[in-house]
Amino acid sequence: MTMLRIENLHVRIQDEGTEILKGIDLTIRAGEVHAIMGPNGSGKSTLAHVLAGREGYEVTAGRVLYQGQDLLAMAPEIRAREGVFLSFQYPVEIPGVANTYFLRMALNAVRKHRGLPEIDAMDFMELVEGKAKLLEMEDALMARSVNEGFSGGEKKRNEIFQMAVLEPKLAILDETDSGLDIDALRIVATGINALRSPERAMLVITHYQRLLNYIEPDVVHVLADGRIVKTGDRTLAHLLEEKGYGWIEAEAAAATASTAATAVAKR
Amino acid sequence: MSSQNPVLDELTSREYQHGFVTDIASDSFPPGLDEDVIQRLSAIKGEPEWLLEWRLKAYRHWLTMKEPTWAMVHYPAIDYQKIIYYSAPKTQKDGPKSLDEVDPELLATYEKLGVPLEERAILAGVAVDAVFDSVSVATTFREKLAEMGVIFCSFSEAVKTHPELVKKYLGSVVPTGDNFFAALNSAVFSDGSFCYIPKGVTCPMELSTYFRINQADTGQFERTLIVADEGATVSYLEGCTAPKRDTNQLHAAVVELVALAGAKIKYSTVQNWYPGDKDGKGGIYNFVTKRGKCAGKGSRISWTQVETGSAITWKYPSCILLGDDSVGEFYSVALANNFQQADTGTKMIHIGKNTRSTIISKGISAGHGQNTYRGQVLIQKGAEGARNYSQCDSLLLGDKCGAHTFPDIQVKNSTAQLEHEASTSKIGEDQLFYCRQRGLSNEDAVSMIVNGFARRVLKELPMEFAVEATKLLGVSLEGSVG
Repeated sequence: MTMLRIENLHVRIQDEGTEILKGIDLTIRAGEVHAIMGPNGSGKSTLAHVLAGREGYEVTAGRVLYQGQDLLAMAPEIRAREGVFLSFQYPVEIPGVANTYFLRMALNAVRKHRGLPEIDAMDFMELVEGKAKLLEMEDALMARSVNEGFSGGEKKRNEIFQMAVLEPKLAILDETDSGLDIDALRIVATGINALRSPERAMLVITHYQRLLNYIEPDVVHVLADGRIVKTGDRTLAHLLEEKGYGWIEAEAAAATASTAATAVAKR
Repeated sequence: MSSQNPVLDELTSREYQHGFVTDIASDSFPPGLDEDVIQRLSAIKGEPEWLLEWRLKAYRHWLTMKEPTWAMVHYPAIDYQKIIYYSAPKTQKDGPKSLDEVDPELLATYEKLGVPLEERAILAGVAVDAVFDSVSVATTFREKLAEMGVIFCSFSEAVKTHPELVKKYLGSVVPTGDNFFAALNSAVFSDGSFCYIPKGVTCPMELSTYFRINQADTGQFERTLIVADEGATVSYLEGCTAPKRDTNQLHAAVVELVALAGAKIKYSTVQNWYPGDKDGKGGIYNFVTKRGKCAGKGSRISWTQVETGSAITWKYPSCILLGDDSVGEFYSVALANNFQQADTGTKMIHIGKNTRSTIISKGISAGHGQNTYRGQVLIQKGAEGARNYSQCDSLLLGDKCGAHTFPDIQVKNSTAQLEHEASTSKIGEDQLFYCRQRGLSNEDAVSMIVNGFARRVLKELPMEFAVEATKLLGVSLEGSVG
């Protein structure tokens, strides 16, 4: 089953006009894990934000289908309730709102949307306990305000913990490995791997290859200057680690110069 | 941002819900103020000579005073001769002896406001004094309280039944000439609540006063006096609402608290006077003087306020920490939406040794609202080992509102320890997007973020009222963020 289909997506920054995505084509089926790699400024985070519905971007061409529906027509909260989850590169702090309270509100919003009854506090705590163990979340973190005073690693663990509780169908992980030490990286990766399932698709956005040592993607795409310039299997990630992004960018530039540009991007 | 956020706009523009008028016949004075008016008022209430003299002295002092202009609030000049200084429901002339004698129209009014006066059906454990325009119309649970020696009645009644207590403590914390509005109140106050907790008694239930302005062009000038004798404990709550009117109405109250040695008074306010409409028309001018005196060793006074109403709020619930080891606390959430202006804060005056105070102020500004924290911490020479912690945070919703902070700290004793923290933040697109990405609606997200911001203060409120206040914050914001 096709989870996500992106067709010729062009996006620019609102009010500014700078085009960031210049024709993205991408198809992800349920059960697959795709990685998008690319240098800084290539448009990786923009893609994540546009898929989640962040304001400030303008789609000038193309479309995005999520489970066959027009994703771009949905409000951000509807996308979330329909099962799209974004693990933020910079998780936001919400002072005075307990982590568990926030998550219960979120879970109940999702459940309500799906016609399920609200989960009561007791059942919720039971559900959360198991997931918290998976991400090695201490009780103290659960009771504290959302992300307030969390270390970088704790914030990222919290993101994956939320994902584990909300059980999305499409998870977009935006630079989940950034700012993690090796132990935190291992915990986060364990959590992500535990959530791999035939019903779930994942889009892992990363600058570095190291996260992909733990989460083995089915497909690797390279994004450069707003286009997918290369697609391959996991060995592509290793190649990038060795040789950097320079050679691909050079290759892409050469391809753009020739008329074969779109053909490469669509491959 | 507001244009991009229709839900937030909607959220902050929701209508005031207590804006109805009760159709009831009233006896009112014609507008205007002079010594005759005060004499008539005093006569109607059957007051003793000393109280009339007290009023007249305050009035004469008031005539020499100027309305203060230092606050960050702007309003057209108030014509004090156009205000009606006394208005009472006709049926209340002599005061009801029991609830059965209270006008059913009045009972219905309080019912509609969610303030039940039927003792049987009442929220378990809250005694209510209901003040309607200028008079107290009902006080519940008096007999039960009397068994423990707790006196809880209208001010007018206390003057008759407990003159010695009233005479001893009235004006002992806020003297008649304290400030312009307190002087005016002292001259013309019409009613209010009186409460006395005897030595060593812990008041068995929450006491509360519910203030309602009904009559047009009436000023409400009530006076509350709470005395907790040695070792006594009491928790007191006041709520306020008024009908929607195009004209501004003046509310100038005085609250005095006295805590003797070892006594504890917790005073909570949920102020929801009519704030005016979305264009800033109408609304209550709320000029209130509240002060508590920790007179004895180890006494404690705690102010908690949730200020969501009024066109203008001007109030600084303060503590005079006279007794050694006494404690003063001020927890405040003030919300200014549309064209509301709030200038509020506290004074902590440390006189005794090892006195401690805590100030937590949370200001929320939305629409064109202007919110000001104004506070003073004064450590006197003799206040060895005094400590203060202050935290003033402001939250801005949108880009047309304002937040201002004026802390004043004066330390005259080098052993004092003071901490002051302040922050200003804007409810960000980042926070809203994060919440929405987790499935929350824009409206729920704003409400959650605002309540999270105010959490530290809300948790100081008695349970029943914390729920109410949480809802009120959401409702008061309907229609604004951006």
